[in-house]
Amino acid sequence: MNVMYLYAVVAVLLFVIGLHGVIAYSHLLRKIVALNIMGSGTFLLLVSIAYGRPEGGPDPVPHAMVLTGIVVAVSATAFGLALVRRLYSETGKPYLPNGDTEKSGR
Amino acid sequence: MMRWVIGSVMIAFGGILVWGVMSLPGGDGLTVKVEERMEMSGVTHPVTAVLLNFRGYDTLLEIGVLLLALFGVYSLRRSRPDPTGVSVSHPFLLALTRLLVPVMILMGGYLFWSGAYAPGGAFQAGAVLGAAGVLLYLNGFDLPGRKKEWLLRLYLAIGFVFFLGIGGGLVAAGNRLLEYPPDLAGSLIIIIEAGLTLSIGFILAELYISNSSLEIGPDVFVTEKG
Repeated sequence: MNVMYLYAVVAVLLFVIGLHGVIAYSHLLRKIVALNIMGSGTFLLLVSIAYGRPEGGPDPVPHAMVLTGIVVAVSATAFGLALVRRLYSETGKPYLPNGDTEKSGR
Repeated sequence: MMRWVIGSVMIAFGGILVWGVMSLPGGDGLTVKVEERMEMSGVTHPVTAVLLNFRGYDTLLEIGVLLLALFGVYSLRRSRPDPTGVSVSHPFLLALTRLLVPVMILMGGYLFWSGAYAPGGAFQAGAVLGAAGVLLYLNGFDLPGRKKEWLLRLYLAIGFVFFLGIGGGLVAAGNRLLEYPPDLAGSLIIIIEAGLTLSIGFILAELYISNSSLEIGPDVFVTEKG
């Protein structure tokens, strides 16, 4: 089996783990970390698709997309962290208003 | 109960995704098209050619997103960050910073320059410069330009301004937006990348610094009601 598929399956695994984290936890910091894991899965998938070429160098277009994506992910994470910190300093809770009653919010 | 439902839905979703990835059509993607047009791009590294020439829109919008995220963080902070207040100022960290920051600036310059023909470019260089800015801040130093507000704003905006200015200038000259004439492409890309390197470095450092000054502290207990 092609090595590319190993990377692609790991990428899907990372994406699903991240998606599970976004849905299952109500602590917003956990959600942000989980979103970043989802993003890493997406980037790994794109890089593995670029690698899947029979001969020659990798496809440069997915690589450029990953570079763009990493920067957008970093800035979105910074903005998300700022929102969470402000929410915490306003309400004293790192949860969304209807999320703080759930028991799964560890 | 709920966690089992979520878990099984996730496993099913993952299975569908794996099936989808496995059945992706193979082939060369866009590699051949990029290689055919490399001579027109003004650079010799294909990723840089895609980022700054063929898909220049993406990169223009990307630096715009970075700036918007910084505006968002700025609008959420309550006070201007004071580097002397949050300094960790450990002697070892200070010595390491004095040693590393000049090397990091040199490294940023090298990465920016090598982007034209090798892996590297404005974003990698900007990330290194941003890390240098964070190190400086942790030791209680101001970013360059901190004392003069307009200078810092110039550093933050210069990448987007250069990019948009060159794009707009090309439209005024009768080309399409970001359609470089092949003989000028190399120098235009260098100018844009220089601005991007500086701006990305400062924006990343400012994102960190502004986030660290959101004042989570005693006031949390004052505003808490429930």
